Amino acid sequence: MEFLSDIASLINSTLRISTPLVFAAMAGIFAERSGVIDFSLEGKMLMAAFVAAVGSYYLGNPWLGLLLAIIVCVCLSMLHGFASVTHKGDQVVSCVAINILIIGLTTALAAAWFGQAGLTPTLNEEQRFLEINLPFADSVRDIPIIGTLYSDILSGHYVFVYLAYLSVPIVFWIVFKTSFGLRLRAVGENPSAVDTAGINVFAMRYKALAVNGVLIAFAGAHLSTAVNANFFREMSAGRGYLALAAMIFGKWHPKTALIACLLFGFTDALQIRLQGVELPAIGEIPVQLIQAIPYILTVVLLAGFVGKAIAPNAIGQPYIKER
Amino acid sequence: MVSPILELTNINKSFGHVQANKNINLKINKGTIHGIIGENGAGKSTLMSIVFGLYQANSGSIKINGKEINLRSPRDSIVNGIGMVHQHFMLVENFTVLENIILGFEGETVFGEKLANAKKDLEELCKTYNFNIDLDATIADLSVGFRQRVEILKSLYRGAEILILDEPTGVLTPQEVDELFKILRSLKEEGKTIVLITHKLIEIMDLTSEVSVMRQGEMVGHTKTQDTNKEQLAEMMVGRSVLLRVDKKEIKKGEVIFKVNNLSVKDDLDVIRVKNINLEIRSGEILGIAGVTGNGQTELLEALSGIRKVESGNIQLFGEKISDQDNFLNPRMLKEKGLAHVPEDRQRMGLISDFKAHENLIFGYHDQEPFSKSAVLNNKEITEYSSKIMQEYDVRPNSPNLITSNFSGGNQQKIILSRELNENPKVLLVGQPTRGVDIGAIEFIHQRLIDMRDRGAAILLASVELDEILSLSDRIIVMFDGKIVGEKENKNVTDRELGLLMAGVA
Repeated sequence: MEFLSDIASLINSTLRISTPLVFAAMAGIFAERSGVIDFSLEGKMLMAAFVAAVGSYYLGNPWLGLLLAIIVCVCLSMLHGFASVTHKGDQVVSCVAINILIIGLTTALAAAWFGQAGLTPTLNEEQRFLEINLPFADSVRDIPIIGTLYSDILSGHYVFVYLAYLSVPIVFWIVFKTSFGLRLRAVGENPSAVDTAGINVFAMRYKALAVNGVLIAFAGAHLSTAVNANFFREMSAGRGYLALAAMIFGKWHPKTALIACLLFGFTDALQIRLQGVELPAIGEIPVQLIQAIPYILTVVLLAGFVGKAIAPNAIGQPYIKER
Repeated sequence: MVSPILELTNINKSFGHVQANKNINLKINKGTIHGIIGENGAGKSTLMSIVFGLYQANSGSIKINGKEINLRSPRDSIVNGIGMVHQHFMLVENFTVLENIILGFEGETVFGEKLANAKKDLEELCKTYNFNIDLDATIADLSVGFRQRVEILKSLYRGAEILILDEPTGVLTPQEVDELFKILRSLKEEGKTIVLITHKLIEIMDLTSEVSVMRQGEMVGHTKTQDTNKEQLAEMMVGRSVLLRVDKKEIKKGEVIFKVNNLSVKDDLDVIRVKNINLEIRSGEILGIAGVTGNGQTELLEALSGIRKVESGNIQLFGEKISDQDNFLNPRMLKEKGLAHVPEDRQRMGLISDFKAHENLIFGYHDQEPFSKSAVLNNKEITEYSSKIMQEYDVRPNSPNLITSNFSGGNQQKIILSRELNENPKVLLVGQPTRGVDIGAIEFIHQRLIDMRDRGAAILLASVELDEILSLSDRIIVMFDGKIVGEKENKNVTDRELGLLMAGVA
């Protein structure tokens, strides 16, 4: 039984840890399928975490904090679009600029408003999201297997965890079963074909970026108003980049991107679990080495373990209509 | 006289300082096939992109059926019954035929009933015009000829009454051209109006009933096709009389100086693109390689010029082995042995577009005297030499300090030729020497190649323009799917014969 509950808690943390990655990867799919590179997932996630924390602190309701985070992230996406779609600037440079801006801005604003560089006040129970216990979770706990599955794995997560996994089939449906999705994929493959079909290429890319902004806001709010009860400096900790890697590893496809996110989440859950554990014959593994596992995995996977990832054909290229 | 279906009045369009269209007036009558002919860069495509709503004119008016319309985007022109088949197809390669056709005209937010209806309608259309297209096929799997039909089908589905085709035959075999012309004639029978943009005189004479000629952004003449002839049209296009046939002396064949044995070559994706090829070229001979783009010509030329690894077999120059799967001489060593290469893709491999003309003219010789001494460039020598050689090769304008991308395609090609031919190579490998080059420059480039041959060079010419192969070569080989599928002395060979070989059917 000891072993089974270990596994259950490992899966439970995998689901929780993967949540921001899933939101960010889905956000990335929208931007990149439309032909716009989005390295700024990291920065936007950090900004969303900050805005959500500050918003709920002042407004007293985490949902209002989330709403504010969505507004701010959509604005940041529009800024990225303004630089790289309208003005045809380099997309990577625009993203890097946004990321750097936000690291500085969150730290400075926290210092100005709360007197502590890069730290916001702790939220009380009213101001943050709480874990949701599914109905009958306590009464069915003792039923073997099903009880563990329901009570220890499925139940007891923050609302964002459920939303994240719900978003995957929705994104799949939008991208592959609607006319918006058809246009979205077309504009990232051959914008000229979209233009000559009488669709505005720029408007399409802005729409895609708007959806991107909404999704990434959920990832940030999850970090600062659910799993943590405040914002701290650089709390996104590279998750935006990890999600981008998962999306590429998943070949810009929601289903495979989800699998990649879960894999990254699992290695992270595993490394937390392995810390301080004595392994037979090896002894205790240094913490630093264990913490490096998800990142080493990223490098190995992206270095061609998964075959050639074929990006949308027109990715990174601003659309220039007249020569 | 019926009123014209499409009427353009005083259309002007500039890109920066370049005026692409100057005061264009054009009337196109309903139910006709109207040709618009002009050299590359004459402004034909720009004009038609304005009609299609892709570009907006700076001034002027467009009337359809006598009613003035304002075209802000392609949607406006599609709604008004204008369809366009672009030179570079506007298709999403990893989409199916059906997805490409409904794009922008889905008619529903979530795919369902309308999609099924569209499919039924399209199957109907395919039957009517005998198109034989599988609507669920992915574009990437279709041949160029089929992709073009998809483009035509797309325009028809969107309700085109006027169909504009921009250089539709550039990528087709002669048989595919026949098929296309058959389709266009049957569309005309149905009462559709066709506008054919081309630089090929023979197509105008073959297909059109009226023709308009453009030169340097201006409309220089309109006439009924039956009242004119090729020579007259060529003169209108260029603004002076041109030689349409190349003057060529009888061949004086010498020794075999370049030989390829059982050569196989892979492309970047590790696919074998050249399969066991044997060929030899004698001094004083031009060997033409005909074939549809993408049948291994590019990889063959790259392997021969030392920029792509040989998979198996070998290449010999003057009886000495220069390349096999283990060793190969790099382009610089080959150059020293008397081999020159004019690459197919001049922007990518022939020139550095952002460099000045004089830098490109000496590139590859820049470390030799008199251009440099002890690793320092001698600008005075370089400029003098450049100015001299630009004069000799008629590069216009003769300004060695001008950035290369500001020269026209023809003049860029002359810059490459002057660099490669100036050292009097013994073997010359030439790919697509006149792609995107105007008639005047074509005449000059062809003459230079003939001169080289008469001086005893062995020349390998790869071109997708059959006319070019037929007028220059002494011997012709045809490549299909990486293999040589035919070899002929260039005597009484017709383009039809070659076309069958190129399509892999003979």
